[in-house]
Amino acid sequence: MLFYLSKRITEIFVTLIGITLLSFFIIHLAPGKPTDVLTDLNPKITPEARARLEKYYGLDKPIIIQYLLWAKRVVKLDFGDSFSTDSRPVWEKIKERVPVTVSINLLSMLLIFMIAIPVGISSATHQYSLYDKVTTVGVFLGFAMPAFWLGILLMMLFGVYLHWLPISGLKSMNYETLSAGGKVLDLAKHLALPVFVSALGGIAGISRYMRSSMLEVIRQDYIVTARAKGLPESKVIYRHALRNALLPIITLLGLSVPGLIGGSVIFEQIFSIPGMGQLFWMSVMQRDYPLIMGLLTIGAILTLIGNMLADLCYAVVDPRIRRR
Amino acid sequence: MSGIFYERFGHNKLAMTGSVLVALLFLAALLAPVISPYEPDHIDRYHVLEPPGRLHPLGTDDIGRDVLSRMLYGARVSLSVGFVAVGIATFIGMIMGAVAGYYGGIADRLIMRFVDVMLSIPSFFFILAVIAFVGPSIWNIMIIIGVTSWMGVARLVRAEFLTLKSRDYILAARAIGASDMRIILRHMLPNSLAPVIISAVLGIASAVLLESSLSFLGLGVQPPMPSWGNILTAGKANIEIAWWLSVFPGVAILITVLSYNLLGEGLRDALDPRLWERR
Repeated sequence: MLFYLSKRITEIFVTLIGITLLSFFIIHLAPGKPTDVLTDLNPKITPEARARLEKYYGLDKPIIIQYLLWAKRVVKLDFGDSFSTDSRPVWEKIKERVPVTVSINLLSMLLIFMIAIPVGISSATHQYSLYDKVTTVGVFLGFAMPAFWLGILLMMLFGVYLHWLPISGLKSMNYETLSAGGKVLDLAKHLALPVFVSALGGIAGISRYMRSSMLEVIRQDYIVTARAKGLPESKVIYRHALRNALLPIITLLGLSVPGLIGGSVIFEQIFSIPGMGQLFWMSVMQRDYPLIMGLLTIGAILTLIGNMLADLCYAVVDPRIRRR
Repeated sequence: MSGIFYERFGHNKLAMTGSVLVALLFLAALLAPVISPYEPDHIDRYHVLEPPGRLHPLGTDDIGRDVLSRMLYGARVSLSVGFVAVGIATFIGMIMGAVAGYYGGIADRLIMRFVDVMLSIPSFFFILAVIAFVGPSIWNIMIIIGVTSWMGVARLVRAEFLTLKSRDYILAARAIGASDMRIILRHMLPNSLAPVIISAVLGIASAVLLESSLSFLGLGVQPPMPSWGNILTAGKANIEIAWWLSVFPGVAILITVLSYNLLGEGLRDALDPRLWERR
């Protein structure tokens, strides 16, 4: 187990270096210098001042050196200062937004798990029934649904026409005056739509995979044996089959982390939620290049943490992995 | 083989629905100049944000352009972005997968590590970051979606190559002195096409979805060029007064993605012999 863990951690570290190298090179080799954002708006800037600025950001050095200098600072969580007018340190700007995005993603993962797994299991055990057909249609629709469009529609329905839910932000204006219970309720009302919208694709995908994984497992000999020795069907499915059927799903959940983090740009933008996704969108619009680089790195680290947690779950569920 | 294919594909109702819908979409996109009631950029100043009616079947947008006409021209954008982006992704994926699977060793390890790296990046972040620097345009979108979505194809082709490599006919080809190039291009690639075609069709669906999300965020196809995503941007801005601006383009995206997914699943059923006995 220890060996397995250390091997995975090394792999993850190498991947992280790969990701930052790749992002760094692409951003630096792309046309247009990052300092253009600062200089374009200022017609009075002299070539000397421009050179001074480039030197300040280290852009006059070879790209490999630039990367190493950047990496050396990043280890100490120093991503430089944002190019936007507030000039705050990038890490500070990211730090305050990570919890929002991570908790929304965790909530939607939880929702995916709670809906997709039971739905997948029951449509596999009732293959070709009406229920199975209805869920299959639902899965195809959920898969094809553009998340941002669904967000707009739900906003229109629940926010504009029915006035049941607020259409943007995380908290109401009077949040601070509410009681503890009221605060939770207020947050829940604001989060209901974003969490559902970000989970929908995952619910559709994972329930589909759960179904086929379960179908595969219940054809195995050991399930026939379990049935033959007279175990009740619920025990056969939930104790014997589920464990094996869950294995590919765990991998899939790990793989869906980058999609969730990337997707946060869309739903945070629609629902005006102050998270990493919205910050990323703003940094892209302003070409705020230290901020873009910082967010890319943090996004990659979060993804790798997600993958590692998935690996750990996998090792817990499957003893064969631990011995490898 | 092709007989079985047509029989299985033809009997699959969902797959047939998918292919008919895809064909209709292409027809609508091709005939856009003929069938759209107005020019996509024509501004009708007296009918701004008008609900669907006799003059404008799907209403008008916030500066008085006909929504139906813009959607028909938008179909051209979505369909071509899907097609070109997936073409690029499939091309890169096939090369990467073929090299990794055929040569193995260091090349394989490097390429597969690179695939892992690409899969661990939140690709939507990555795409946005690149757009921030190269600027949004329909061509850039096609290229960026293409170069960020080849990893699945590479894995598929590599896996196929690993099993094909030790087949007798490949050994025979090598024994009579065929070059690596010839073995890869003439013998191995054609035999690993089935999963690639399936994943390409499903890939078009996700590329269409991705393009519309980017355009919706204002980082994809730029106005005045119409795209389903950027009509929805106006839809969101006028959400309280103009439902038609939000509903119709979304339905178009939904139907397009759905038809490609159905087509892809149908092809999978028809092309993958492992799924045959089960039904």
